[in-house]
Amino acid sequence: MHVNLFDPYQSGKSIIHSMDPRAKLVVTILFILSNAFLPDGAWLAFLFSWGMVLFAGGLAGLGPFYPLKRSFIALPFFLAGISAIFAVPGRAIGFLDMGPWRLVATDTGILRFASIVARSWISVQMAILLTATTQFPDIVHALRHLKVPQILVSIIVFMYRYLFVLIDEAVRLLRARQARSAQSTSGTGGGSIRWRARVTGNMAGQLFLRSYERSERVYAAMLSRGYQGQLLTLNPHEWHLKDWLLSCLAILLLFLFQWIARI
Amino acid sequence: MPIVHDQISAANPLLTRASAPGSHLLSIQNLSFSYPDGQAALQNVSLAIEHGEKVALVGPNGAGKSTLMLHLNGILSGDGQVLIAGLEVNKSNLPLIRAKVGLVFQNPDDQLFSPTVYEDVAFGPLHMGLPEEDVHRCVKRALELVGMQQYGDRLSHHLSAGEKKRVSIATVLSMEPDILVFDEPTAGLDPRARRGLIRLLKGLPLTTLVSTHDMHMVHEIFSRVVILDEGRIVADGPAELILNDVDLLESHGLESPFEPVS
Repeated sequence: MHVNLFDPYQSGKSIIHSMDPRAKLVVTILFILSNAFLPDGAWLAFLFSWGMVLFAGGLAGLGPFYPLKRSFIALPFFLAGISAIFAVPGRAIGFLDMGPWRLVATDTGILRFASIVARSWISVQMAILLTATTQFPDIVHALRHLKVPQILVSIIVFMYRYLFVLIDEAVRLLRARQARSAQSTSGTGGGSIRWRARVTGNMAGQLFLRSYERSERVYAAMLSRGYQGQLLTLNPHEWHLKDWLLSCLAILLLFLFQWIARI
Repeated sequence: MPIVHDQISAANPLLTRASAPGSHLLSIQNLSFSYPDGQAALQNVSLAIEHGEKVALVGPNGAGKSTLMLHLNGILSGDGQVLIAGLEVNKSNLPLIRAKVGLVFQNPDDQLFSPTVYEDVAFGPLHMGLPEEDVHRCVKRALELVGMQQYGDRLSHHLSAGEKKRVSIATVLSMEPDILVFDEPTAGLDPRARRGLIRLLKGLPLTTLVSTHDMHMVHEIFSRVVILDEGRIVADGPAELILNDVDLLESHGLESPFEPVS
């Protein structure tokens, strides 16, 4: 079985595709940082920031709204910011009763929540654009060149590689359960919630054991081929004039957004 | 029934670079190993393989075939002695030994851990410390040998099982080992991929040790068969003799490729 769903790279020959991965990675990280530093309610700056994603998406030949379409998968994570609505002091504009507790929503809280959603949504879109225009190995090499600790880079490499194996394994387990989730013509199928929970728990345990054993075998395979604790790479990356220009332009824009947000 | 002998071995220049004639390429003496839980996996195993020999290691599941193979490059180490081209397998020799023994694991997903095929094949030579031009040369040659030249840029998790198997073999061929060791190479392949693999194994001009349950492949490729059962070597001889000894094969949970089983 091949899981392609999570393979985000879209091949292409655009100016964004051919940028040095280091430049793309640095710009993406600075872009996310810049969004984090935009003050609450700086809607114009958020709009410009989003415009930069749309522009880059268009430049990459993916269409300006490609990152937006893929970004909905990250939507549930925005809920993490929901507590801001009730936690920030301000003028009360509504409340939510939860049993003995009453949660009071404030105007500054809602502003904070909306800003958090805007920041993270725009940032996620830029990260999606990065992975759509850069092959995974190149991102990894960029990390290595940017002196990210070896151990972190290795963890990222294996996480990506074994994500697919783990998904395959999980799908196999789920299929095996489905195939045996039968119902007789008389009684009811299934079982109690408690029993179902136990089955699911056992499956999670199975998945852990299988991936643990697999990691042992992978390590043996690495040792067999001369691994001595240091991952080496062949790809040298070249930094061209174009990369300087695009990175500088992007950084200038980021400063501009910060300025717009504060006037 | 004619036995297919391997024709390539003697004349090939690849084989002459190894140690002096007469000495064994692989020699195992009185090797015993128990897993940490106390289960004895190998008991007093002795085996010698000459240059250019193609040997099949057969035996039921749990006989200790995989355990034995992991001893050949020091992933596991038990009591007894293992020599590769006269070099003892011990801690100080490990990097050298691992360059000499090319171990192909049963599951390609364990063997292929780099993002792209090219990087995976380059992993061995790169970590052996070869200079960059040599790494590229080794990778090209290895991919050519398995017929996967066009696959360098592909991501390994997108390949079919047969393709993954070929790439797995390329990942050890690129290290230019003295001996190739395969753990069940045909398991899980469709007939066409299996046929391609058999052709590939036949054509590889290297000393080869293969553990397998595929008795028809044994009959096609190998001139010598070793039967391992319950951690002991119970038979070791010409394929012709062993494959025709139905009683011997069946008493160790195997089948002859010639006789229909009653």
